[in-house]
Amino acid sequence: MSALLVIDRLSVRYDSRDVLRALSLEVARGEIVALMGPSGVGKSTALRAVVALQPFDDGRIVVDGFALAPGPVPPESRLVRLRRGVGLVFQAHALFAHLTALDNVTLALRHVLGQSRAEAEGVAAELLASLDVGARAGAWPSQLSGGEAQRVAIARALAPNPPLLLMDEPTAALDPARRSALGSTLRDLAEQGRGLLIATHDTEFARGHADRVVQLTV
Amino acid sequence: MWGGDAEGGAPFVEADPADPARVRGFDVEVAERIARGLERRAARFVQVQWSSIDQSVERGDFTLGLSGVEDTPVRRARHAVTIPYFEFREVLAVRPEDARRIHSLGDLRGRRVATLGATIAYDLLVAARDSTGLIPLSYDDDVHPYADLVAGRVDAVLLDHIIAQRALRRAGGSGFVILKEPVAVGHYVGVLARTDSVLRDSVDAVLRAAMRDGTLEQIFRRWDVWDPSQGALFDRVVRTAGGAAGAARTAGTVQAIAYLPSLARAAAVTLLVSILSMLLAVIVGLTLASARVYGPGWQRVATTVYVEVIRGTPLLLQLFVIYYGLAGVVRLPAFLAAILALGLNYAAYEAEIYRGALEAVPRAQLEAARTLGLSELQILRLVRGPQALRFALAPMTNDFVALLKDSALVSVITVVELTKQTAIYATNVGSWVVPGALCAAVYLAMSLPLARLARRLERRWRPAA
Repeated sequence: MSALLVIDRLSVRYDSRDVLRALSLEVARGEIVALMGPSGVGKSTALRAVVALQPFDDGRIVVDGFALAPGPVPPESRLVRLRRGVGLVFQAHALFAHLTALDNVTLALRHVLGQSRAEAEGVAAELLASLDVGARAGAWPSQLSGGEAQRVAIARALAPNPPLLLMDEPTAALDPARRSALGSTLRDLAEQGRGLLIATHDTEFARGHADRVVQLTV
Repeated sequence: MWGGDAEGGAPFVEADPADPARVRGFDVEVAERIARGLERRAARFVQVQWSSIDQSVERGDFTLGLSGVEDTPVRRARHAVTIPYFEFREVLAVRPEDARRIHSLGDLRGRRVATLGATIAYDLLVAARDSTGLIPLSYDDDVHPYADLVAGRVDAVLLDHIIAQRALRRAGGSGFVILKEPVAVGHYVGVLARTDSVLRDSVDAVLRAAMRDGTLEQIFRRWDVWDPSQGALFDRVVRTAGGAAGAARTAGTVQAIAYLPSLARAAAVTLLVSILSMLLAVIVGLTLASARVYGPGWQRVATTVYVEVIRGTPLLLQLFVIYYGLAGVVRLPAFLAAILALGLNYAAYEAEIYRGALEAVPRAQLEAARTLGLSELQILRLVRGPQALRFALAPMTNDFVALLKDSALVSVITVVELTKQTAIYATNVGSWVVPGALCAAVYLAMSLPLARLARRLERRWRPAA
């Protein structure tokens, strides 16, 4: 089975300082891979390079058959396939502050996939319910707890139904009970056939819930 | 000490071209003649805005106001007024091609007639508005009414014959004609503080002496304003020795209620000018801010220059440039010029607010939108714009309230709005107390609900955590 995500000798430099040096990893469908390492080691940079928010200097990234080359980030018009192939859950969630939980999830469905409002709201309500936040659909981001906001952010990233999901430090703001709940949520997503790449410095979480761990060192 | 307005110009009072620190004119010489008669060494001149002479003389800024000051019943009732020393005729000026059709105010139905604000001429026009349906326009100076007559912005000007003849000379004797038949006759007087009636009587005695000994006639002949009607006036005045000529009538009690309709109309003008200007400011401001945030280098430079030039120069200057300065290229109606000037001025401030608000939206929000596949335009429309609006709302409300008040400036280009109407009202009743309070109340009634509405909207868009 071909890998959903291939990162091949990825290198990123800031001001001639290596942030990432020749990182290689693969994520297959149905697999949870943890990208481990202390803070500042370039985990977030790697995720940002995969979703083309960050240019890279060397190497190659292939997401579900779509390849990114070194150099400046291509214009959005050439990234349509990438955007459909991968979703990112930001560390601080970055929910749209002016939209309710439901509208955070419907935004891409309506304006990128062109679904009608009713159709999008049906999909979004189902997604939120499957992540246990169906009752919070009408809430504003500022009214959500950390765990709720994270699950709404997962729903938002999953709304366009990308096969690959990236998460940046998902356990940062979670209590132990919430962490194990998150673990089983991720397992459910993997069992639906998605690939997951989790950047984390939480060794316990990585060992407990990931299929494979890729260690980054300084 | 005597006060006058050198901006009023020759032949009344003007800065001496040979020595601009000195003033000259027939009013200057009349003042000097009075000083001599009172055995005061020299008459010292104090510059004062013409429309404020009455208030300044009551405040004690100077003893005698003398600068083409008109003899009116209200003035006689409120201040100590001298005998008349000059008789003027209110004359109509029209464009040459209209001279055969227009002979009096009655021929000006539906036409725009300009004059200086707070004058007998303005009162005549306002009185004629109801009977003949003409449209009175009040100016703050006596030069621009004639300029606008030549430019076609107004159809006639009603002012003192001295002012009309001077304007005609300045225009090189063409562009408009002065109608022979006067609309009314009035007199220039000196005005003193109400408590100075004893000094007023002495000034009257000096003026009578100057009429008898011919010095006043010499002064008027020197300035080329002498005519037979002055001689007739002198005869009448000298004969009525003692007591003021033209007995002071008491001004009718001017009730505030009579002014309410015109104040309401002026408030509507203020509100309309403000709303339309703000609308223009928002549209232009958004365009400028987008160019500054998203545009290529040259657009960023161009918008920065616009913003800095507009913010770095007085709004008053911009008003004059748009209304008078552009008149050679495009002759904008005053109302439109007012909205353009205010709108383009505030656009610079709005642009800065929107730029700041756009840049205040956290980058993660924009990146999240990008990873979802939204285009740059969609991000602006669906994520960045709506969030920036919340940041911009409070400063925008402040700006609108400021604009509401700044709109008072447009009165200099003949738009009669709330403050101007209040000034007219205050001049008529001779006091600022009631008109000022009424005017302030109307401004507050317009601005306070706005601030409240904005707070409510802000609460709705930014729910508490």
